[in-house]
Amino acid sequence: MRFVIVAGTPSSGKTSVMVHTIRHLLRSDLAVAACKIDCLQTSDDARYRRLGIPVAVGLSDYICPDHFYVANLEEIEAWAMDQKADVLVLETAGLCHRCAPAVYGCLSVCVIDNLVGVDTPRKVGPMLSSADIVVITKGDIISQAEREVFRHKVEVENPQARILDFNGLTGQGALALKNEILNSRALAGISGRELRNSMPAASCSYCAGETIVGKDYQMGIIKKVDFGRGN
Amino acid sequence: MLDKITILGGLDKNGMPEKIGRIEIAAGEVLAVVGPTGSGKTQLISDIEQYAEEETLTGRSVLVSNQLVNKNRDRRSMRYLMAQVSQNMNFVIDMSVEEFLLMHAQIRGIRESARTIEEVLAITNHLSGEPVTFSTNLTQLSGGQSRALMVADVAVISNAPVVLIDEIENAGIDRLQALEILKGQGKIVLVVSHDPTLMLMAGQRVVMKNGGMNKIYLTTPKEKRILEDLVRVEKRVAGLRERLRRGESIGLGDNSEGDSEKEG
Repeated sequence: MRFVIVAGTPSSGKTSVMVHTIRHLLRSDLAVAACKIDCLQTSDDARYRRLGIPVAVGLSDYICPDHFYVANLEEIEAWAMDQKADVLVLETAGLCHRCAPAVYGCLSVCVIDNLVGVDTPRKVGPMLSSADIVVITKGDIISQAEREVFRHKVEVENPQARILDFNGLTGQGALALKNEILNSRALAGISGRELRNSMPAASCSYCAGETIVGKDYQMGIIKKVDFGRGN
Repeated sequence: MLDKITILGGLDKNGMPEKIGRIEIAAGEVLAVVGPTGSGKTQLISDIEQYAEEETLTGRSVLVSNQLVNKNRDRRSMRYLMAQVSQNMNFVIDMSVEEFLLMHAQIRGIRESARTIEEVLAITNHLSGEPVTFSTNLTQLSGGQSRALMVADVAVISNAPVVLIDEIENAGIDRLQALEILKGQGKIVLVVSHDPTLMLMAGQRVVMKNGGMNKIYLTTPKEKRILEDLVRVEKRVAGLRERLRRGESIGLGDNSEGDSEKEG
């Protein structure tokens, strides 16, 4: 089974990109299963369901969504195997710019849109720099010049990645992404695989549901702002 | 490096083979894409933009210099092959015209960037009514100024051998001049248009119907004469527009025809 991990900046069109691409995969008679990891709620599962494919949703709720994501990779894989999927599309939301979901052996896709500004590719961090494929959306509404500048900024952050222009409204670019998925290697099993980037520590009292502000309520791994820096 | 583009026909919306099975556009030529809304004009442009190989909805193939584009190999060199200007495009970067043009020129490896961006600004102001300055912020440009700057940038900095133009007639710029500038030296230009003048300025035009390429015409000598008439009428309209915009009253006194030629 090919294991495709999709992340990206908010509202960049991750689900639209994948819905168009899955349509092409289905046309090639491949069985696709989709799983959406989100924080508090999602309605993206409905869009995947309309494709007539098996869909699972994981809501991290009070847990850091990135840690929740990693802790559930085996279970998600097992679920997709049960669905007899040839391709598993795992879309994650809620990633802060410190985290990246990429796992060695999986095909990692980062979706980013042209409207976020030319400095954003640098700020997005490992989510973009460790992706195999960077999909750039919303190019149809900005000038050719800006598209070229934005693409260059993405290339600087991730020189190895294949960069695809994608129109999430029309699906232009979906064939190229489908071909990248078909050309990627199937994964023999997620167990024992390694994250391309470590995730930050998240084991303080707020992780466990604490809501009151103040030193007295803070336990676990706590890091404070260094006010000496930059002054 | 790029002498022509060939479009090999696929299927129309009913799954029937397209009436036109092959179109070639050579360097220095303009192809107009015409037809009613929904007839498949934008899809044709989209097929070309993604170098279709029978895998898009239409099943068309696009050959560049007689060859299918190997999309996996050598893709870095393919990325600057095409440039697009459409009516839906905007500038969203919060930056001055000068900063942005310098950034773009630098990314495209242009050495004499200071002189290049002067040229871009000159063309921009040639195409648009109100002058743009280097210190203007991109997001403050009017619709016409933005389009003029995009055309100038595509012509000078992007400088792609293939230019795709989508309905720029409503952009508020001198579109005939814009087409001349974009044609440049030996470029392949595709123009989607509902505008008879732009259609006749092309050497050939393909008529889209029901998703398929239905007819192809070479512009005839008679059509070229009609084009000259149209251009004359347009110059006159443009002259009237200018005078009205300057606050003149027309149709008064001895200049009742509003004859723009008298203004030079």
